[in-house]
Amino acid sequence: MPLTQSQRQRLLLAPVYAALVVAAGFTLVPFVWLICAAFKTNADVFSSNFLPRGDGFLGVAWERLTTLNFVRLFTELGIGRAMANSIFLAATSALLATFFCALAGYALAKFRFPGRDWVISLVLAALVIPGSLLMAPGYKLLYDLGLLDSYLGLLLPGITPAFGVFLFRQSMMNAVPATLLESARIDGAGEFRIFFTIVLPLVRPMIGAYLMITFLGAWNNFIGPQIVFQDPARFPLSVAINQLRGLYGTDYGLIMSGTLVSIAPVLALFLLLQKEFIAGLTSGAVKG
Amino acid sequence: MSEVASSSVPAPAANPVVPQGRYRAEPRWVPWVFLAPFLLTFGVFLVWPLMQSVLLAFQQTFGPKTSAWVGLANFNFMFHDPLFWKAVGNTAGFAAGAVCFQLPLSLGLALLLNRPGLKGRAFFRMIFFAPSLVGLVFVGLLFGLMFAPRTGLVNTTLHGLFPAFDPEFPWLQLYILPALIFAALWLYVGFNMIYFLAALQNVPEELMEASALDGAGPWHRFRHIVLPEILPVATFVVLMSLLGSLQLFELPFVLLNGTAGPDNRGLTIVMYLYNTGFVSGDLGYASAIGWVLALFMGAFALGQRWFSKHQEES
Repeated sequence: MPLTQSQRQRLLLAPVYAALVVAAGFTLVPFVWLICAAFKTNADVFSSNFLPRGDGFLGVAWERLTTLNFVRLFTELGIGRAMANSIFLAATSALLATFFCALAGYALAKFRFPGRDWVISLVLAALVIPGSLLMAPGYKLLYDLGLLDSYLGLLLPGITPAFGVFLFRQSMMNAVPATLLESARIDGAGEFRIFFTIVLPLVRPMIGAYLMITFLGAWNNFIGPQIVFQDPARFPLSVAINQLRGLYGTDYGLIMSGTLVSIAPVLALFLLLQKEFIAGLTSGAVKG
Repeated sequence: MSEVASSSVPAPAANPVVPQGRYRAEPRWVPWVFLAPFLLTFGVFLVWPLMQSVLLAFQQTFGPKTSAWVGLANFNFMFHDPLFWKAVGNTAGFAAGAVCFQLPLSLGLALLLNRPGLKGRAFFRMIFFAPSLVGLVFVGLLFGLMFAPRTGLVNTTLHGLFPAFDPEFPWLQLYILPALIFAALWLYVGFNMIYFLAALQNVPEELMEASALDGAGPWHRFRHIVLPEILPVATFVVLMSLLGSLQLFELPFVLLNGTAGPDNRGLTIVMYLYNTGFVSGDLGYASAIGWVLALFMGAFALGQRWFSKHQEES
């Protein structure tokens, strides 16, 4: 019996779906394992892979699951402080970097002035300098400036990443029409007012994407705070949870609950906004 | 000065008819003010440390306070330093493994997701992308426990599937590199896939249809239409993966609980740099290692440029 076009297509897609489901399974298993471990006692972590077996619904001993790990994290171990640090550091560096990168990108995209090409090549040069090369002398510099073990020491070096300047220049070259700027100047608008009321609204998608990129980068930054901070009161989650593992190495449930509270907020936020985020990620590379 | 003053005072807006060519031009200082934060941080936190690191590479230091000139001794020592070469070997092994496994899988997933008529594309894309939102530290913590002997998920699963598999299999003691490559695979496949998917969606539909009408098989179409179209993105992704792999640090650092693992099996170049500079306190030798690493990375970047140029010409 001959198949119709759509039936044939569906048949051809069946192995594609199968492969995708298998790949999705592999991707999700570590997350599921992490969530299960976070709600288990240590004994149950060692005796069961995912959920402890018992007589409850679906053959799971639901009553053995516990939120004790989370309670310990926030009462006894003061992880709330680390979370506040993470939120503060990530939000501040995202806002600062987005603002200053947009400002610099605008100058390079929409102004003609002697020395502009020279500054553009500086931006491109900064893009290719590996961060690990700056680790040792950067530490010495922060020491000389007296910025070691301070929030400023971590935030200040990152207020205008070259990558952001580059991205904003690329998007503003097309998104901001020169005639609009000219007529605003004719109307007598000041340069900062033009930037805030005309330029920024035109690159709103880029701002959203870059805020997310920098927020995520700062949230997940480990080596920076690990080198700059000495006082545990300043540690963000990345450093604090890793220290926890050093102290409570075999307490799997506790470490996994710490990992879960560290990744769950960003995971939720970014999966909600993934369309904008992915557009921002690929805009620099694919179209640029 | 008059330019500065005029920018803050609104021009006569009451008279909207301004003769062409006589409107107030953008003041010359404006771009420099907008660029000032970039130029300042660029100078202070990039150029200055970069120059310092050239100087440091010829010194031996004991913490940030005391140092002594040693000339080329750092580089001479590095050349004969078995630990450094161990780190280079481990890093190269990881980079090779990571790129060889990640790229085909990323491209494969992108090709599957790009199938016309596929439903749930956004849903699958979200799942594959999710791991790249997890920071390297947290991936290290998660996989450190998943690779644990006896209780870790990897060993219990393998033992369940193949009863002959030793549930005490020492991943983190003897087979660190495969464990690292596996963890990186989970983390980066979806991320690279996003780039391939974006590139695939730029392949002109008409070309594919015309070729299919001409009777070209799927392999032929992939080889002669899709591949040339996505090659620029592919070389970009390869370069990014290589450069990222060469700077591998957090993953083994956390996975191995701050150590280099037994027999330094998990020592990477940046981990050696970190240990030298911040554990032993020799920022000089650490800077020298940094420059050699930068040299390796520059070589790869130049190689990619040469390859891209070569492709365009042929």
